Amino acid sequence: MKFILDLSYRYKLPLWGGMLIIITALAVSGTLISHAYDELKEDLLHDSETMGYSLKTNLFPAMLHDDVWRAYEIISVPINRPIEGSNPVKAEHILVIDNELRVFVAAHPKSAPMLTEMRHLNPEFAVLADRIMQMDGRSSQEINLPESKYYYYVTPISSENLHLGTLIIAHPKNIFLPRFVQLARHGLEVGAIILAILLPFNWYWGRRMALPLVQITERMGDISKKWPSELNSDLFVYRDEIGQLFVAYTQMLRDLKDKEEFEKQMVQSERLAALGQLAAGIAHEINNPLSGMLTAIDTLKSYSDLDPRTMKTIDLIERGLTQIKETVGALLVEAKIKSRHLAPQDIEDVLTLVTPMARKKALHIGWHNSLDEAVPLPATLVRQILINLLLNAVQATEQQGEVTFDIGIADSQLQFSVANDGRMLSDEQIAHLFEPFSPMSEGSHGLGLWVTYQIVHQLGGRVSVKREPNDLMHFTVSIPLGGVA
Amino acid sequence: MFPFGNKIESSLIYRLPSSNTENYFINHFIMLRKYLWLTVLLASSAVWANENTQPIRFGLTPAIIHNQYELLADWREYLQKKLRRPVEFVSRDSYRETIDLIRQQKIDFAWVSTYPYVYLEDKRLARLLVTPLYQGRPYYSFYLIVPSTDLETKSLLQLKGKIFAYADPYSTSGYLAPRYQLQQAGENPNRFFRKTFFTWGHQRIVDAVAQGLADAGSLDSFVWDTLSVIQPDLTHQTRIVAKSPEYGFPPVVARRSVSRADSAAMQQALLGMANDPEGAQLLKRLNLSGFAPGDAKLYDGIRKMMRTMADQ
Repeated sequence: MKFILDLSYRYKLPLWGGMLIIITALAVSGTLISHAYDELKEDLLHDSETMGYSLKTNLFPAMLHDDVWRAYEIISVPINRPIEGSNPVKAEHILVIDNELRVFVAAHPKSAPMLTEMRHLNPEFAVLADRIMQMDGRSSQEINLPESKYYYYVTPISSENLHLGTLIIAHPKNIFLPRFVQLARHGLEVGAIILAILLPFNWYWGRRMALPLVQITERMGDISKKWPSELNSDLFVYRDEIGQLFVAYTQMLRDLKDKEEFEKQMVQSERLAALGQLAAGIAHEINNPLSGMLTAIDTLKSYSDLDPRTMKTIDLIERGLTQIKETVGALLVEAKIKSRHLAPQDIEDVLTLVTPMARKKALHIGWHNSLDEAVPLPATLVRQILINLLLNAVQATEQQGEVTFDIGIADSQLQFSVANDGRMLSDEQIAHLFEPFSPMSEGSHGLGLWVTYQIVHQLGGRVSVKREPNDLMHFTVSIPLGGVA
Repeated sequence: MFPFGNKIESSLIYRLPSSNTENYFINHFIMLRKYLWLTVLLASSAVWANENTQPIRFGLTPAIIHNQYELLADWREYLQKKLRRPVEFVSRDSYRETIDLIRQQKIDFAWVSTYPYVYLEDKRLARLLVTPLYQGRPYYSFYLIVPSTDLETKSLLQLKGKIFAYADPYSTSGYLAPRYQLQQAGENPNRFFRKTFFTWGHQRIVDAVAQGLADAGSLDSFVWDTLSVIQPDLTHQTRIVAKSPEYGFPPVVARRSVSRADSAAMQQALLGMANDPEGAQLLKRLNLSGFAPGDAKLYDGIRKMMRTMADQ
């Protein structure tokens, strides 16, 4: 049983449905058959009553005149009647008993010879004899002995107050069997036709119901192992519970994705924040001795008695230290620079700056600038972000590729996006894109995107990268107006 | 080949008041047949109307197997043709009724059993017309039969306390003869058997014995022999225990008041059957070989039996 209950709905639903249909068909035909059986029995009783009445009416004068032969002929007719049509009801035995409970005449005289004591015929007739003794001699009666193979119908042969004997009609209890078989066959035929129509329909319907459940279940089961594939929304278009389940599943998947995305960003920004702190800390620690060293070298150089060889070495050291200072300076992004507000013209300037490089690669630049007035953001920093992102995009784009740029104000935020086709970044690459010295980052020392991120972050904004389905790398930046800067 | 039979049962059914729809239809069928019969009768009467409107009425009894309607219709047709006047057959199940019909002059001729013949002759109500020939001879006998399962019984006297089926109180073979035999053996025929009943026909004696309704019965040899050909299944269920000596075959009688001419014409028609192809064919179907002029001496044995029993 558990095996059946453990089955997939794919099979269970059609099976249950089929079983219900079969049980219903059986119950209905069973009821009909039992009803028909009752009717047959009712008919039998009615037949016996009618037959008993007409036989007794004819038997009375025959018995009155002791005309055995005539009585025999009267009771033989129903016995010898050929079975016709669909009515199988035919008496198997008819007896006429006199007032002393002896056989006056029987339709089968060999089994009940004339003048035999009824009680001596067989034990059943002894019981019948007792019942007949108890009867009032006027009304007919059906006698159903549970052990007997016959239904007995007993009719007193009397007219007015003269009682001559008793008529016993015996119908075999299995009389209905042929009719019953016929009924059952009809019932089964109809049932089979109904099943033939309903079962395939049920099968199809069951599968149709189960398939969405099965798919959802499979995906839910896989969710811990891999990211489940999207459900085909054409699979189930209705708004019932399964449809709602579909919607809920899709929503859940979307939420999960968002959550994961959010977690990724959290991790990334935490990492970048830690890196920023680290970098700033190191930069400060380096900058102090570095300034001392550079001052010392400067002082040393002011003494002109140095031999050329030493001078050369000192220059070498000074250049090295200067490079360290620059690198550290680049790492130490300082957003707290006083600057004028960003004007629409600044954006156009950036375009002008980028155009020569783009032209070299014969790129097409889609440019949408919807800024129409100055916004309260530091122009220098925003320009730096724009230049970094655009140069990065131009670098990453193949010959004759496309770069699009879009900028505007929405929700009190400066929002702009840079998209380019060409080289696609992997998830792994994207995850580490904004870290310092990223190989994907263009510009000085691979610090372009790091700087961009740091600036945006310090301005209280967000920067994100997405790989669009249509082979576009999409950088989106949003910075709240009048932010931290 | 005897195209007899198959009508016997419906005759039985006809006697019975219907107890269900089926019988209702059978009754209607029989009624319809009676009407057809009547129509034929009226039509044929009309043909002969110019010569003689008075039909000849011919009584039939269970002395022969008297309910083969098709055969009887053909025979009637034949007689009409020979006599050139209408003939009506009047069938009765009991001899008493036929005797009464002759007494009341409602029939002109009758084929009766030997007992009714002797009775009618002695009462001067009818006279012998012809005696049928069975297997070429004007004789028949009586058979005592028991169910074929009874292998013990060898004579009538062994049947004391049994149930015995009589044919008719005016039957020789089916009533008079066994009672005579018992009386001759010193038994009281009224007490010898435990129970007796009448079947009103010889064939029904065979039925009653075969079905076990009666332990034994006595009947006309001609009927049993004929049945043994047309319904061997039935006669096989019985066993002949004893055959009586031969007596004159149940004859055809003429009512005394029938004119000489009519009487002679009928006698001639019957006697001539054997010499006529159509008549011979009918005789064959009746299981007879012909008719012979009656000889009253053939029935002396019966008369003796009757007188003896009448003295009782």
